[in-house]
Amino acid sequence: MAEPFLSIQHVRKSFGATTVVEDFNLDVAPGEFVSFLGPSGCGKTTVLRMVAGFEEPSAGKIVVGGKDITRLKPNQRNVGMVFQAYALFPNLTVAQNIAFGLKVGGMAKPDADRRVAEMLDMIKLPQMADRYPYQLSGGQQQRIALARAIAPKPKLLLLDEPLSALDAKVRVSLREEIRSIQKKLGITTIFVTHDQEEALSISDRIAVMYGGRAEQVGTPFEIYNRPATKFVANFVGTLNVLEGKVTDAASGKVQVNSQEVSLKGKLNGSKSGDTLSLALRPEAISLGRQPGHDASLSGEIAEVHFLGSVIRVRVGIGGNTVSLDTFNNSTTPPPVVGDKADISFSSGDMLVLH
Amino acid sequence: MKSGRFWAWFVFLLGAAYFFIPLIATIEFSLRMRRGVYSFDAYKVVLGDSQFQATFMFSVIVAVFTILLGVLIVVPTAYWIRLRLPQLRPIVEFITLLPLVIPAIVIVFGYIRMYGSNSPLPFLGSNLGANALLVIGYAALALPYMYRAVDTGLRTIDVRTLTEAAQILGAGWGTIIARVILPNVLIAVLSGAFLTFAIVIGEFTMASLLNRPAFGPYLQNLVANRAYEPAALSIIAFVITWGCMSLIQILSRFAPKSASRPN
Repeated sequence: MAEPFLSIQHVRKSFGATTVVEDFNLDVAPGEFVSFLGPSGCGKTTVLRMVAGFEEPSAGKIVVGGKDITRLKPNQRNVGMVFQAYALFPNLTVAQNIAFGLKVGGMAKPDADRRVAEMLDMIKLPQMADRYPYQLSGGQQQRIALARAIAPKPKLLLLDEPLSALDAKVRVSLREEIRSIQKKLGITTIFVTHDQEEALSISDRIAVMYGGRAEQVGTPFEIYNRPATKFVANFVGTLNVLEGKVTDAASGKVQVNSQEVSLKGKLNGSKSGDTLSLALRPEAISLGRQPGHDASLSGEIAEVHFLGSVIRVRVGIGGNTVSLDTFNNSTTPPPVVGDKADISFSSGDMLVLH
Repeated sequence: MKSGRFWAWFVFLLGAAYFFIPLIATIEFSLRMRRGVYSFDAYKVVLGDSQFQATFMFSVIVAVFTILLGVLIVVPTAYWIRLRLPQLRPIVEFITLLPLVIPAIVIVFGYIRMYGSNSPLPFLGSNLGANALLVIGYAALALPYMYRAVDTGLRTIDVRTLTEAAQILGAGWGTIIARVILPNVLIAVLSGAFLTFAIVIGEFTMASLLNRPAFGPYLQNLVANRAYEPAALSIIAFVITWGCMSLIQILSRFAPKSASRPN
């Protein structure tokens, strides 16, 4: 990575005896869009609030553009932030809200007016300048909040679950808009979310957090396809987890419900007799033996759910249940519960979880 | 159902009679100064009295300063308690209630002993000092009303998030209180202000014992020595109080609205 623009180094945060963030490290390149993804209470918002200056780290430091900002007050950091609850000032109009940071920064009125108009054009709400926040929908309020955060040209943009209060359709369109504005301005951005789809769809990189630590930092492709830990594998995407027993560690042979599967080169550190958790994404599995798939297991159809374009099938393999999706085909009837069925996959797609 | 409606009207009329009969009687009495006919003579005498004008103006000025002092003390305190020290709220609420429990006469005797002309802080050594002490005393008396009004106003807004939003945009504490918090609790502040005004205009004990030319002592003097004028003054005081209440109602229509509570 080039010289990082934001560097979070060995940051820890404790509230009394409770440690909520532990040895958190992250370097963010200039213009990069990084998401903090994790369940509630994993410490993602606390890290963001430390970058904003609302919380002081118990240890470690935060560097932006080569300058240590760890002890700076929030109003001295030149950071923009969008809050989950919009946080627009109810007594000010849309234009006055956007101009707030500019006026506080001492910008002359004509320049501030010009910048406000520019921001309103950017978020495609130029006709809303004189409205009050209560006269806007949630999506419009959040776009105004984004414009307000960007107007003073901050060095860093922080987004604290900005989409979670919105309905599904608005959420999708607004996240695309946020990403396109971020790319256009080239502003380094941290985005906090607990929604994996959101994180996967708009981020350059994702930091998956759990228990106050970054479990894995990587591109959405890496996070989804090569999860480093069991938590990441389970949290990101749908995953089938099968319990297996190593029968021959040297040749990579594992037994799943008395059926042997070969996982060449994936059993480093395991020995014969060990029990392993093996994971497979539903999209890596086919119903029936397919050409190109070098591994297969036999079982029985346990459940069939017709979802329109997709049919979700659950196949019982001994004590394990494997979920897979097949495309709906009007000429082929869906599988029948109770029928014997084989599933096949490429052994390369099977993950060994640690 | 019909019997329920009857009793509802009965209670309403009873309440209305309890409220209006003394009022009507006072109005009627205040109009009987001229023998045999109704007239506004008592009102003319009261309003034309230079003492009335002087004492009333004095009390209005004292009320304005009391309101300013109350706002300066209460708004930042209530804001800070909500933002940073919520665990201290019960203690602060208790302290703000003390003026309701401790009689004004106790407070003012305390002042006279503490701030007499021979004390290190001789407020009572000059007229200006005594007036300042009166304002401070009134601010303490009005504290329960002002604090509750402002605290209720703060409860309607997300103080923490609005503060953080302003901070991250570069605002300091002064800007946050003046441009974000105060405008959003202005109606609550005005409610507290009008209640303060009503208390100050009629207050007798402090003004009398600090020997200030206020409206309260004038009113008491008039009641002791005249017949019809006190009734006229009561009606004037009643109109002023209800005028203040109506202003609160009118101004509350202009309160900033939040997205979650548009009406």
